[in-house]
Amino acid sequence: MWMTIANIGWAISAVLALWMLYDWYKTDSSYSEETLTSSREGEIEAITEKHKM
Amino acid sequence: MATASTASDKHISLSRVLGPAHVWALGVGIVLVGEYTGWNFSSDKGGALAALIICWVVGLLYTSVAMIDSEVTSTVAAAGGQYAQAKHIVGPLMAFNVALYLVFAYTMLEVSNAIVVADIVKAYQGEGFGDWHYRGVIATVIIVLAALNYRGVLMTLNLNLVITAIAFLAIIILFFSVQPWSQGTVLKLGQMVTPENALPYGWIGVIAGFHWGIWYYLGIEGTTQAAEEVRSPARSLPYGTMAGMITLIIGASLTWYICASLLPWQYLGYTFFPLFDAGRLTGNGGLEVLMFAATVLAATASANGCINDAARAWFSLGRDRYIPQWFSAVHPKYRTPYRSIIFLVPIALAFAFTANLGQAITFSILSGVLHYTFMSLNIMAFRNKWPLGSIRRGYTHPFHPLPAIVLFILCVVTFFAIFLGYGAQLTAMVVFYIIMSLWFHFYRYQYVKRGDQFTMPWPRPKGY
Repeated sequence: MWMTIANIGWAISAVLALWMLYDWYKTDSSYSEETLTSSREGEIEAITEKHKM
Repeated sequence: MATASTASDKHISLSRVLGPAHVWALGVGIVLVGEYTGWNFSSDKGGALAALIICWVVGLLYTSVAMIDSEVTSTVAAAGGQYAQAKHIVGPLMAFNVALYLVFAYTMLEVSNAIVVADIVKAYQGEGFGDWHYRGVIATVIIVLAALNYRGVLMTLNLNLVITAIAFLAIIILFFSVQPWSQGTVLKLGQMVTPENALPYGWIGVIAGFHWGIWYYLGIEGTTQAAEEVRSPARSLPYGTMAGMITLIIGASLTWYICASLLPWQYLGYTFFPLFDAGRLTGNGGLEVLMFAATVLAATASANGCINDAARAWFSLGRDRYIPQWFSAVHPKYRTPYRSIIFLVPIALAFAFTANLGQAITFSILSGVLHYTFMSLNIMAFRNKWPLGSIRRGYTHPFHPLPAIVLFILCVVTFFAIFLGYGAQLTAMVVFYIIMSLWFHFYRYQYVKRGDQFTMPWPRPKGY
């Protein structure tokens, strides 16, 4: 049974790897690099924590 | 390209959807596999009693880690966890090294987990399970979990919560199934651990066993990687981390009691699957299947959490341009660091297909202990530069500086233990970090926007 599961695992892995690569390509070609890398550290701090005692 | 025009001015960040239970699932999920395999090799180094002594002494090390981490992270709530802490409190070079420790520790732990799943399936299946099938299991664990992480953090950690809870519950079920209240019925601790064999190599065996004892709790500090994705970091991170440590100390103690009462110390130090073997030795088919499934689930939960954490550490490095900024992309729909997740997949696969379990675990442990050593020094600097009362802390750990001193001393002991067993790997790892530090200092740092990397709105540190 486990050998069959391992074979199915190969197939699922291949499908998911292809899906990730496709989605990666689709995302990169649909959005600008500036937008995709717009995340900034400390946004939570800036919004909710003032660090004033 | 219609989307590009509408999204060009859109700001994308990681999704804040997690609560304390997810933090618990991340921390305990990464660690719990250590009760199912790994800790027991400390018995080979020092005997069964040494494994118990180490369980509690290393528990002290990790309690210090959890307390220190909770205080600093409840203040520096950013993805990258200890990386962001190091950057603000010590400086960029330390931060770069800490991020490398994190990426290595979690990626190697992910590799180890994939190998553990393949090993136990192979042991369970027996004949006919060849290399193709073995690698199929490894690829399934790494790629399926990477796809899950790619798809979203909430689903990833919801899954971790369920499978970690089942794996922990399996230890509790095994514990009550072997009638611990009636020694001699199933458990035979008095026969397995005697005054003659309790510490067969004396106290040096206990010290040597520290290397593997780290596996009881390795990775609990990974909770901090979720800092930017929890709804209330100042509350959730300390709660989740402390609850995780309590869970693990209970789980580790029960695991030792069951295994040391059923398996001779020589076999305990040799087997890869002590809890599974304990389940088999009870003669109960249901318990055997339960412990097999729980071992697979624990290793899967750990690999899942490791992918999450390694990707966030790598992502944070990219965001500060310590590595190309390209890695700091966030998926606009799934809100995950998708490029970092994908980038680490072939690296994990390459190690999992070529390295053996002992090497992968040792690289993970080494990076982890380097990281803990940093934490003991970091909290000293943090308290000196920003004393209590100068900034708001979500949690303040008690008895400072005692936990930092205990942590530092136990890290030194663990380095000595690693040197005894894996001196060559220890040296190679340190040389690697020195080379990477030189690369960062003399080459990469010129690309870093120096003013942009310090983001916490803190007052000027004391004395500056």
